Amino acid sequence: MGKRSRKLVSKILGRVWRLFRRWLFLMLSFGPMPEHIAFILDGNRRYAKKKKLKMGAGHNVGFNSLVAVLRYCYELGVKYVTVYAFSIDNFNRKPEEVQGLMALMKEKIDELLEEEDTIVHKFGLRIDFWGRLDLLSESARLAAERAMAATANNTGPVLCVCVAYTSTDEIARAIKKSCSKKREEEAAGARGSIAVADLEKNFDSAHCPDPDILIRTSGETRLSNFLLWQSALTHLQNPRPLWPEFSLRNLIWAILKYQKAHPYLEARRRRLAKKQN
Amino acid sequence: MRAEFRVAAPIRRTSLSACRSLLRTLFRNPSFVIIYSAIISDGFGWRYHLGLDPPSTEIPVPRDFEVDTGFLLVFAASDGQSHAYGLDKLNSLAVVVDSEEAKNTTKIKQLLCWLSSIGIKYIILYDMQGVLKQTIGIDLESLTNTSMTPCSVIDAKTASSLFHFGKMAIEIISLSDGKEGVAKAASFLYSEHMKDDSEICHRSEPDFTESDVANALKATGSAGDEPDLLLVYGPARCHLGFPAWRLRYTEIVHMGRLRSMNFAAILYVCQVIR
Repeated sequence: MGKRSRKLVSKILGRVWRLFRRWLFLMLSFGPMPEHIAFILDGNRRYAKKKKLKMGAGHNVGFNSLVAVLRYCYELGVKYVTVYAFSIDNFNRKPEEVQGLMALMKEKIDELLEEEDTIVHKFGLRIDFWGRLDLLSESARLAAERAMAATANNTGPVLCVCVAYTSTDEIARAIKKSCSKKREEEAAGARGSIAVADLEKNFDSAHCPDPDILIRTSGETRLSNFLLWQSALTHLQNPRPLWPEFSLRNLIWAILKYQKAHPYLEARRRRLAKKQN
Repeated sequence: MRAEFRVAAPIRRTSLSACRSLLRTLFRNPSFVIIYSAIISDGFGWRYHLGLDPPSTEIPVPRDFEVDTGFLLVFAASDGQSHAYGLDKLNSLAVVVDSEEAKNTTKIKQLLCWLSSIGIKYIILYDMQGVLKQTIGIDLESLTNTSMTPCSVIDAKTASSLFHFGKMAIEIISLSDGKEGVAKAASFLYSEHMKDDSEICHRSEPDFTESDVANALKATGSAGDEPDLLLVYGPARCHLGFPAWRLRYTEIVHMGRLRSMNFAAILYVCQVIR
């Protein structure tokens, strides 16, 4: 009897919490809501050290935190979420840590695709991977390609995962693609130099709007070569909690700060668009 | 909730410890976040009050100067004291200013004075619209006899400017030095690639690396030092299109509005970040 009543109580509390969350998000939506939020998931290793966990366990906890934050973002109506999962510079870490991260990536991608009650199925999520997938391990690369293929036709919100990514590498690859296309156009008789718009069409993020908010946890103030081109008019935030400690309260606070800065950023965006036209 | 809102506003600037304990209590209540947003005014001022306190040691604040070009002569002659403030490792510093606030040339000149007095060797000034090039740039140009090429008012917005004062250098850039600079470098790389391949049928696919792009940026005049620290003066923490290639590992700190800038805050940030 005791077990049944405990189950009932937790079910009721879960429903009350969901209702409260829905009310809270409704209140927030009276102000301008971001369409695209980017996260730099900083602090997993420091969290593991703080809680005296095994090496690599911090990333596991970080993944659980990511799933929770994604759920809140999509319930809030955020259409695009981009996460900086692994930088090209991170390949310089210890080989066992890099291998552990590749294995974790494969395991979590398979879990998201195969299990029924995940955010992919609940929200009709489309997953996209940005970066140099050819630098990943074979298993991680195949898992990423499988995830992109399996969710390509989904019409829900979009999760962009940056792996083996740096912004300068993205710019160099965009220049390479633009030059190839320019060569084909010149062969067909067209003339002209490469413009900013030509480069932007060849970015990994070409189909996404620029991020409205870029959050780096752990209080760090650097962008570490992440979305440097796309973040010209993005509200940069650096809350103090480590990534595994980032919660709903921190997300709501981030959105409130964005809503305060929104009139200024929107005015600058309109002025820039006017100048470009 | 209504009572909390009424209590929060009047005590805003009078009792800081009462503010802190009230905020700690309210933070436990999720609905607080909606009310608190109404009492935030100057973001950077509150950051200081809530924990990022400037150093309590006595800091010799540089004298305020009169608003004329005469101050620039004093500024040029000032001897930086980076060792006195422990800032030897801070080689270059960038300042991003909102274009509307950049029109306040008095404040910009005062800021340059302060930065030179603490011994920053390389200062990069940036604003989106190129207002600084047209105001401060013209003053510095007349002082150093460096010509910004080309010289017309419209083109002054697009020319990048580098001025040397003894051991110190000041660079003034705008949005045209960012994305457009990279597009110019891309066109340069493309034309070099087409020049290299002699026959159409043997033209290889372009394969550019990051170092090729960096060299192209240098060749087209869009390269420069990567600042260690970037101070943002404006209503929001946003780099406003600062050249992406120079922002990779730069610490970005929001200093609030230009009108409320103060020397202690700049010194504190420089000492924390070094």
